[in-house]
Amino acid sequence: MVEVTLWGALGQLAGGKSKVEVEAKDIRELFRKLAEQYPGFEPWIDRGIAVAIDGTIYRDTWSKKLPEGAEIFLLPRLAGG
Amino acid sequence: MNFDPRFSGRKFASVGTRPIRPDGVDKVTGRARYGADFNMAGQLVGRVLRSPHAHAIIRKIDTSKAEKLSGVKAVITAKDLPDLTDGDAAMYDILDNCMARTKALYDGHAVAAVAAIDARTARQALKLIEVEYEILPHVTDVDEAMQHHAPLINDTIFTEGLQEKPAKPSNVTKRSQFGHGDVHQGFGQADFIVERSFKTEQTHQGYIEPHACVASVSSDGTADLWVCTQGHFVYRQHCAQLLGMEASKLRVTSSEIGGGFGGKTHVWAEPVALALSRKAGRPVKLVMTRDEVFRASGPTSATSIDVKIGARKDGTITAAEATLRYSAGPYAGSWAEIGAMTAFACYKLDNVKTVGYEVLVNRPKTAAYRAPSAPMAAFAVESAVDELAKELGMDPVDFRIKNAAQEGTRSSYGPVYGPIGIGPTLEAVKNHPHMKAPLRKNQGRGMACGFWFNFGGQTCTDLNIGMDGSVSLAVGTVDVGGSRASLSLVAAEELGIAYEHVKAIVADTSSLGYNDMTDGSRGTFSSSMATISAARNAIKILRERAAQMWDISVDDVVWEQGHAVAKGEKHGNLGKLSLKEIAAESGKTGGPIAGHSELVADGAGVSFATHICDIEVDPETGSTRVIRYTVVQDAGKAVHPTYVEGQYQGGAAQGIGWALNEEYIYGKDGRLQNAGFLDYRIPVCSDLPMIDTQILEIPNPNHPYGVRGVGETSIVPPLAAIANAVSNAAGVRMTHIPMSPPRILAAIEAERGE
Repeated sequence: MVEVTLWGALGQLAGGKSKVEVEAKDIRELFRKLAEQYPGFEPWIDRGIAVAIDGTIYRDTWSKKLPEGAEIFLLPRLAGG
Repeated sequence: MNFDPRFSGRKFASVGTRPIRPDGVDKVTGRARYGADFNMAGQLVGRVLRSPHAHAIIRKIDTSKAEKLSGVKAVITAKDLPDLTDGDAAMYDILDNCMARTKALYDGHAVAAVAAIDARTARQALKLIEVEYEILPHVTDVDEAMQHHAPLINDTIFTEGLQEKPAKPSNVTKRSQFGHGDVHQGFGQADFIVERSFKTEQTHQGYIEPHACVASVSSDGTADLWVCTQGHFVYRQHCAQLLGMEASKLRVTSSEIGGGFGGKTHVWAEPVALALSRKAGRPVKLVMTRDEVFRASGPTSATSIDVKIGARKDGTITAAEATLRYSAGPYAGSWAEIGAMTAFACYKLDNVKTVGYEVLVNRPKTAAYRAPSAPMAAFAVESAVDELAKELGMDPVDFRIKNAAQEGTRSSYGPVYGPIGIGPTLEAVKNHPHMKAPLRKNQGRGMACGFWFNFGGQTCTDLNIGMDGSVSLAVGTVDVGGSRASLSLVAAEELGIAYEHVKAIVADTSSLGYNDMTDGSRGTFSSSMATISAARNAIKILRERAAQMWDISVDDVVWEQGHAVAKGEKHGNLGKLSLKEIAAESGKTGGPIAGHSELVADGAGVSFATHICDIEVDPETGSTRVIRYTVVQDAGKAVHPTYVEGQYQGGAAQGIGWALNEEYIYGKDGRLQNAGFLDYRIPVCSDLPMIDTQILEIPNPNHPYGVRGVGETSIVPPLAAIANAVSNAAGVRMTHIPMSPPRILAAIEAERGE
């Protein structure tokens, strides 16, 4: 079980929660379970969400493991110049 | 990813040296081929008809007279680019931006295009196209667009990010919020509070090379596109989707690039050129004029930002809050969201809150510009930080050092930081001779910090070893700032050979797997990771071939400094085999030797910089002169230090232009008044001092060499550093960018009570 912190817009879709608990071993499973629990997340996941695991931001490595007790933040996927 | 990207702390032989760049001679002799330098037999000239109105319904387009003009081979409108985006809202916006469908949304919006035998005929044809517009009220100012009575640009937009969907549509497409703690409580603990509002005007990336391409669609449905872009694989995806092609049928070749800075990260004219070529059955070259570049491509957001920061007498910041409003052009974007994430990222804050609003206006579609959105947020925050330091009676550098984020700090956008470089850049600035240099009358000094995320992405690289032992490196990230030199150094480092024996090229989309574009400061970060991986794969094969040549087990062969070496007592009589010797025998040991890599380069590592600026202000005219400028930035590891310095200097130069001169000026009619370099003045060499640089190297733990992206962060601090310098020189706080002479003079006169 990992605790996931949501940024503002996602929190609104999760009924105003800023943190949710999910049973997931990696980013892929995390997104799948979040979409099941909160269907409103699905278009956001399709558009792209970045996951910060203990401060390191992952944008595309969906196989990245989520260690027990790690700090996990969801963040918007950013544009660059 | 079958590759360990962790920082290894190795010693370098090639990385960190400064050889001559492989593309240098062609660029200084004019041989290098940019977007407009490609030509094909039978090529037509493409030209685009653009709306003169800021906001208008397109009632009717009659192209019949243009089509009858001798020499015209094709005329297209939105009907020739039907909507194939299948509900992909972002792609639909790109399509509509390429060719307006039902409404012209800004002055310069494309409404039709022609392909003709020459430019004169094409221009004549544009004049023969009759467009019937119904002119609508428009809005170009970000604050006015948020008013409830403002003209509505898109009546299907309901603000996202609110607890409940609003009852009415508006020009605010999204609200985003970041932060932690309780700012109300934090401000209650403050002895001093600074609260101010700031504005920044819209600027263009100012790339010297305009958008240019040659499109050639064959009658069998396959096509070629030669184009100036930051990401030819992305352009292929966009064009294939918008034209209903299979991606593999469209080969895109990127030209040399005369600047992009984020403005060449999605398509503008390329689908139009392909549609014209498809209709005409001949190749079409389409090159934007400078007027078109300004009116219809790339600007950054205009912004309006409120900042409030409070601190105790001992200099500890107790709370920080910002509301950021960013213009997005007429299409939804996430520009304020990025500003809200970056605004306070340099600081250790217990109580912080930022709110961003994305605002539609009748201006060109906003595009990324080098650390997009961060410079404006930094301008507002760092101006307020400077003012607060003054109120506290503290040195502005010491105040920032006291409050700087460090490893373990919770960032203002959420996660806890790993090893970061904001503290070291501030310490370096504190100790820099620039900070102690004397100032003369009417001169002021300012400094400011900046933050940018950086990112990696999908990357694919091929490394081929020729039979003479030389190495060809094919990468898929467009070289915008010297990455072919850097990546050649990385290949040389891994293989243990000389830099001169490596030749790097940017491969076309049919020759290599998909690569994300060169943005987010990812070119060298990502492709160096893929190059290291490809080289290590090639070394595996080199060891196998050496084992064959020696007739021993590959387990007994190691790779050391460009040679296969047999290990173990029983192989003591075997000499080393060089890469060249192994390559020469490759035909007899299994064929060509190559290394391939495809990976997602994640974990780019955030980046920080601190800048110092001295400026002289003429109090009679408000004109300014930058006297001295210093950039201190963390590079993780500078692969080619000269090009790292070039990125630092380039970002500072663009920031100086943005801070002091550059500005989109719209008339009351919603038309752009200064769409050319005479009236939109970017800095030239005589405007700039030598920009001094200091590279810090705090290794990124997620890259084998410790590399961090360096391309964008350098444009984040200049607006604020220069504003602080001008404010100190003029004796009045400047709150509106650009600080053009009339604006400075008005501020001075207002301060004097004139």
